[in-house]
Amino acid sequence: MASNEEILAGLAEIVNAETGLDVADVQLDKSFTEDLDIDSISMMTIVVEAEDKFEVKIPDEEVKNLKTVGDAVSFIAAAQA
Amino acid sequence: MSVQLKTPATNAYSRILGTGSFRPDVVVTNDDVCQWIDSSDEWIRQRTGIITRHRADANTSVLDMAEAASRRALEDAGITAEQLDTVIVATVTFPHATPSAASALTERLGATPAPAYDISAACAGYCYAVAQADALVRAGLAQHVLVVGVEKLSDYIDNSERTISFLLGDGAGAVVIGASEVPGISPSVWGSDGSKWNAISMTHSQLALRESVLGSENELLESAVDEPLEEHANPWPTLRQDGQTVFRWAVWEMAKMARKALHEAGIEAEDLAAFIPHQANMRIIDEMVKQLKLPESVVVARDIAENGNTSAASIPMAMDRMRREHPEVSGKLALQIGFGAGLVFGAQVVLLP
Ligand SMILES: CC(C)(COP(=O)(O)OP(=O)(O)OC[C@H]1O[C@@H](n2cnc3c(N)ncnc32)[C@H](O)[C@@H]1OP(=O)(O)O)[C@@H](O)C(=O)NCCC(=O)NCCS
Repeated sequence: MASNEEILAGLAEIVNAETGLDVADVQLDKSFTEDLDIDSISMMTIVVEAEDKFEVKIPDEEVKNLKTVGDAVSFIAAAQA
Repeated sequence: MSVQLKTPATNAYSRILGTGSFRPDVVVTNDDVCQWIDSSDEWIRQRTGIITRHRADANTSVLDMAEAASRRALEDAGITAEQLDTVIVATVTFPHATPSAASALTERLGATPAPAYDISAACAGYCYAVAQADALVRAGLAQHVLVVGVEKLSDYIDNSERTISFLLGDGAGAVVIGASEVPGISPSVWGSDGSKWNAISMTHSQLALRESVLGSENELLESAVDEPLEEHANPWPTLRQDGQTVFRWAVWEMAKMARKALHEAGIEAEDLAAFIPHQANMRIIDEMVKQLKLPESVVVARDIAENGNTSAASIPMAMDRMRREHPEVSGKLALQIGFGAGLVFGAQVVLLP
């Protein structure tokens, strides 16, 4: 099971691969859409890659609630527990 | 037993002998779409890659489009209509429950009395029909099968809704499949997932339409309608979808099926000259290319930009266009994969004519 720091680092790698954004820009308080300019379709890719990497299920209905990177890290941490 | 039944003389292999397509005239731009829904050219381009779609006018029917594409495919294959011994039409927009579009098309083309039937497998319809044509030819039940994917989706959409209508266009694509000296169609990888029956569906059934037109006091109808229409709903059934569910399935589940098709064909991604996926969304196509790790050398069909999503017609239309714009792919291998309402999917590797 991954620590929050490890989840953040893993998520940053996924975001980097999908969008080319620098991993250092992917911080807990950043909003996916507003700050990182990630659209709803890239978000789906990120979600599926995260499901794979962290071996969790992120249902479609849940994706809307993952506004910030921190929301995603918390959801994944809780789902892994 | 004293007698033995005869069985057909089989063919070792089948392949696509020719292709043809028809694009209707009316061009619908993203700006046109934005008069009907709250959206923008930029939003649509970024999320879908669609710039225009072609739609048929009121005087151009499913049969007209199917006939035009079929005549071109016959000419390209170098055979006459009389040589056809099966006609399969994949469509979900022929406006008659029966008789079929295929029997009318067969008569129009001069291919009567060839067996003719329609199949309903939405955006996988063309790949389903190719699976059948391949099997019919190898089993010796047919020598020349006409496969047509045709849709007039504009008859079954509501331009004022935002889930699917803005993606869709009209058109027809056709291929002729016949016996071959070399393997030309790999084992079909096809299937369905009815647990997602509602992911892309009509607003309501034709029975609910009938009730709303004739009134519920009509006693014939009492038992027939399970869900009456909401009071202000448009009685004409139109398409809707859950875009996120479909997107996730289309990319990640379909990438698995595409890899399976390559495996069943006994080839690697490097052996492909072309990738011709159902034209649903440019972002789905891009993501599949990534998932499949297709080398740069593979020509990828991106007809969606000009043509939108034409359901059963999209793969044969894109294939026909690719053969004209990239003649170098002729005689080489293409991976084709269709997927859509059902949910259903079908994939093959084919030798391009
Ligand atoms: C249809 C599709 C483009 C919608 O994109 P999406 O990113 O899933 O859109 P969502 O429904 O999540 O909505 C995201 C945002 O865009 C808005 N939006 C939705 N549709 C819109 C449209 N047509 N125009 C403008 N904005 C739209 C939503 O209101 C939402 O805004 P909000 O975040 O402010 O609430 C996409 O889901 C898709 O292409 N899916 C695959 C469908 C497909 O190919 N089907 C056919 C297979 S045969």
